[in-house]
Amino acid sequence: MTRYFTEDHEWIDVEGDLGTVGITDYAQGQLGDITFVDLPATGATVSKGDSVSVVDSVKAASDIYTPASGTITEVNEGLADEPELVNTDAEVGGWLFRITLSDASELGSLMDEAAYKTYVESL
Amino acid sequence: MSAVNAAGWKPTMGETGEGGPAMQTASGDYGLMLEEALIFELGSADKSGVDIDAPERAPAAGLAKFLRKGAPALPGLTEPEAVRHYTRLSRQNYAIDLGPFPLGSCTMKHNPRLNEKMARLPGFADVHPMQPQSTVEGALEVIEQLADWLITLTGMASVAMSPKAGAHGELCGLLCIRAALDARGEQRDVVLVPESAHGTNPATAAFAGFKVESIPATPDGRVDVEALKAKLGPNVAGVMITNPNTCGLFEPEMKAIGDAVHAAGGYVYCDGANFNAIVGKVRPGDLGVDAMHINLHKTFSTPHGGGGPGAGPVVLSEALAPFAPLPFVTRGADGSIHLVEEENRGEGHAQAFGRMVAFHGQMGMFTRALTYILSHGADGLRQVAEDAVLNANYVLRSCEDVLPAPFAKSGPCMHEALFSDAGLAEGFSTLDIAKGLIDEGFHPMTVYFPLVVKGAMLVEPTETESKAGLDRFIASLRSLAERAKAGDQSLHSAPHFAPRRRLDETQAARKPVLVWQD
Amino acid sequence: MRYLPLSPAERAEMLGVIGAASVDDLFVDVPEAARLNGPIADLPMHASEMAVERHMTRLAAKNLSAGSAPFFLGAGAYRHHVPASVDHLIQRGEFLTAYTPYQPEIAQGTLQVLFEFQTQVARLFGTDIANASMYDGSTACWEAILMAARVTRKGKAVLSGGLHPHYGEVVRTMARFTGDEIVSLDTDLTAEPDDAAVIGAIDDKTSCVVVQYPDVLGRIPDLAAIAEAAHATGALLVAVVTEPVALGLIEAPGALGADIVVGEGQSLGVGLQFGGPYLGLFGCREKFVRQMPGRLCGQTVDAEGKRGFVLTLSTREQHIRREKATSNICTNSGLCALAFSIHLTLLGGKGLAQLAAVNHAKAQALVERLTRIPGVELLNQVYFNEVTLVLSRDAREVVRELADRGVLGGVSLGRLFPVADGLHKGLLVAATETTTSEDIETFATELEALLVGVPA
Repeated sequence: MTRYFTEDHEWIDVEGDLGTVGITDYAQGQLGDITFVDLPATGATVSKGDSVSVVDSVKAASDIYTPASGTITEVNEGLADEPELVNTDAEVGGWLFRITLSDASELGSLMDEAAYKTYVESL
Repeated sequence: MSAVNAAGWKPTMGETGEGGPAMQTASGDYGLMLEEALIFELGSADKSGVDIDAPERAPAAGLAKFLRKGAPALPGLTEPEAVRHYTRLSRQNYAIDLGPFPLGSCTMKHNPRLNEKMARLPGFADVHPMQPQSTVEGALEVIEQLADWLITLTGMASVAMSPKAGAHGELCGLLCIRAALDARGEQRDVVLVPESAHGTNPATAAFAGFKVESIPATPDGRVDVEALKAKLGPNVAGVMITNPNTCGLFEPEMKAIGDAVHAAGGYVYCDGANFNAIVGKVRPGDLGVDAMHINLHKTFSTPHGGGGPGAGPVVLSEALAPFAPLPFVTRGADGSIHLVEEENRGEGHAQAFGRMVAFHGQMGMFTRALTYILSHGADGLRQVAEDAVLNANYVLRSCEDVLPAPFAKSGPCMHEALFSDAGLAEGFSTLDIAKGLIDEGFHPMTVYFPLVVKGAMLVEPTETESKAGLDRFIASLRSLAERAKAGDQSLHSAPHFAPRRRLDETQAARKPVLVWQD
Repeated sequence: MRYLPLSPAERAEMLGVIGAASVDDLFVDVPEAARLNGPIADLPMHASEMAVERHMTRLAAKNLSAGSAPFFLGAGAYRHHVPASVDHLIQRGEFLTAYTPYQPEIAQGTLQVLFEFQTQVARLFGTDIANASMYDGSTACWEAILMAARVTRKGKAVLSGGLHPHYGEVVRTMARFTGDEIVSLDTDLTAEPDDAAVIGAIDDKTSCVVVQYPDVLGRIPDLAAIAEAAHATGALLVAVVTEPVALGLIEAPGALGADIVVGEGQSLGVGLQFGGPYLGLFGCREKFVRQMPGRLCGQTVDAEGKRGFVLTLSTREQHIRREKATSNICTNSGLCALAFSIHLTLLGGKGLAQLAAVNHAKAQALVERLTRIPGVELLNQVYFNEVTLVLSRDAREVVRELADRGVLGGVSLGRLFPVADGLHKGLLVAATETTTSEDIETFATELEALLVGVPA
């Protein structure tokens, strides 16, 4: 399994052609208390960079852009009752959706963990 | 660090953990600090404060299958109970009538009571919107007289009176622009909005079917005119500019912006939220504006009522006037007043883009606004703008040594003074100052807006504050700034002396409870 | 000037603090050419309270107020008796001169009222939840159509022919710009509402059907049947209530399957006011809450654990979502919502039911008397407090002539539906608890005088 990061603070774990997407711990810290996650519809076909989900905090709504193109296969239903999972466990239990990748070559433009760390430090 | 209360009296009731256990009363009330239950806890469905005669006949047989099963589960109260319930609740509100309400961009000025009295004359308050015209000549004349004042004060060609609030007026203006473009046979789908704009501007543009492109601000808080010009082109329908802008500054290049937009085939929408600063001093029509809404509840003192109703007539240039929505009141050459509706739109208003409301708009606000305008007259309105600007600059110059004023160096402000929270102690921000003001007995200023200034505090005193009132406010604001610089932890838990401490907004949003459950 | 506290000496002192020579120095950013150098010419100067009062009173006197004549208008705005305490309470400065409750610690009065209001509206409508009010019934109706499109991800709304034509106009005006598809059914002078046509117009692309209840002609549609047909294709039923007092007598739309219920709240507490300000009511199913337009007040606790209220779910709104907001609406109709809520609290559930029963009885008395006149026929046998009469002549003229005789005798369908043929003899008349038998008798006498002897 390989983890990649975007400049918009999404992470994607890739195993074969299946990706799991969430927002980074840094991002949840910036957003504050998450109150609601608007998840994409399963079965939807999306393109890299599309706004597919919205994460709400009390005073902000942040669009989540898919790091890769493909078809949404599953969403984290647990977030409906416990949106705070994105705060407490952003990079594991607070995942947002799973996606079947249609073009693995897109991942090449994303950051690895070290690059993302440097990127965050530069902000 | 200055004292919390200059008078030397520091209530401790309700403060736990700061000065020992709170004193408890058996009732839960503390003197004049009164708690109040919900009507669902107080009333019952068979209680009533209205005496109604028994119906003279039973429901018609045909109605049988539609009848409600049992009375609605709505709690009732007798009149004394109801009066007490709402009076007690009212005392948990801050209001202009209690003290300064310096919300930037909101123009919380005194609401003259004559306005209320006039709006309640039966000839205005008890008139149906679809009575025959011969029985509502006076109502139509109110609309026409107010329209005439708004046109003259803004130097525009026409005004659409029906929009119900500022955002509705914005929508009306943008729909006029869409209709004008349609009439020209042009498909322009982009509206330019400065990043400092109020959120309604982009929301309205999107609602009207436009794509929004943002224009940056210059370091001195104005629209970046060059960036704006660079974006103009055949796809640009227009721009939405707030002037005076949300930083409390006049846009000196307004005319040049208008000329450039017009040369590129677009229209200029001006957000008139801040018209109070310039009423009687400048006419937007002289600056190339094509459409501008006027918040009657700001500049013309109709009450905010805890969040509406507002009123948002839109003044229009010659180019946009033909597209104003129905219904529309006009005055003929002979002085007679005509109401144009769908059935007679052919009489000079055939290009109207449609209808935005069921009836004539906010008539109750028109009577109040006209009363206010007649009270002030041309001279008084000019004085309103001058005093509003004077009061704001007085606050600006009286506080800029303790709170950074990011644009103060570039000159005077208009009707509102903008500060930032830079320079407070680590961990202290605008929110602490705002909540501290509540303990000082004031309503906070507008906070975290405009977005272009970090930790923004936008103070709009309005012209109806006395100098003595301003001096008290300034003393409190200075004291709070000093306490926040000194790291006074008690600010983090402010307010201490309001009906409620800080409320848990996260819980409210995560698990919304929007209705009472028995 | 009685509203401006600064004295000339104070102005001078303040200019000194600012460091400006004159107030004009504060307007330096305004280009010289655009600056006005004195009061705008040809406009009157300031005036005393007495003078303004005289002017406004003269204008008011040119209108024939509803309370000073036999009065039978409805069509989306109804004259009801408003208890004196309602107007007294809404004029308390703490309600009247407060702003939107963005600082909840010092706005619990307004917020608790909104929470109570939301609950009252939801219970009246039979919906799970309701918002803190909107501009008016017509704009709430359009917002409901937009919301239905968001919920169903479909874009075609079907409007019943029984929908108030002004509401229909608002919807069609807005839809022209947003690109939503609107199917407007015809309005016909039939005794029954157009339920079958509405059901027939539903297809797989339909986001919602919009049905007024009672409808604009006073007929009562079968909402349960329409809801069933709509739900079968995944469409929503939007019920529109322009006379909320009716819901004291007839079943709540939510209980009959309506997914969104909107309405005009003017009937309770607000008064006629020549059309505004009124207040839009908006209720719906709880599962749509994140798609709702308008302000919402929610219950929570403060730092000491005390119950309190805040505006919530504001991430749907324009000031946060900007161009992605669910609506561009920025204000609700707060003070009208307060008046509505107080009036409803004074009535209570049983009082509302009683009030509704009286309204219906008055309408029965009106119908009974008027239909005895040659040249007057009743269109709909089933009605609440408003019915359509078919006259032997053009009702527009009759309404004008009645006004000349001092009677405000209803709303002609010719004015409501100027482009529809075949409706011009229709006259919409309403009765409420304010209607007296003397009013009915005067109306009947004058109407008879106008109709009898005039050929059909």
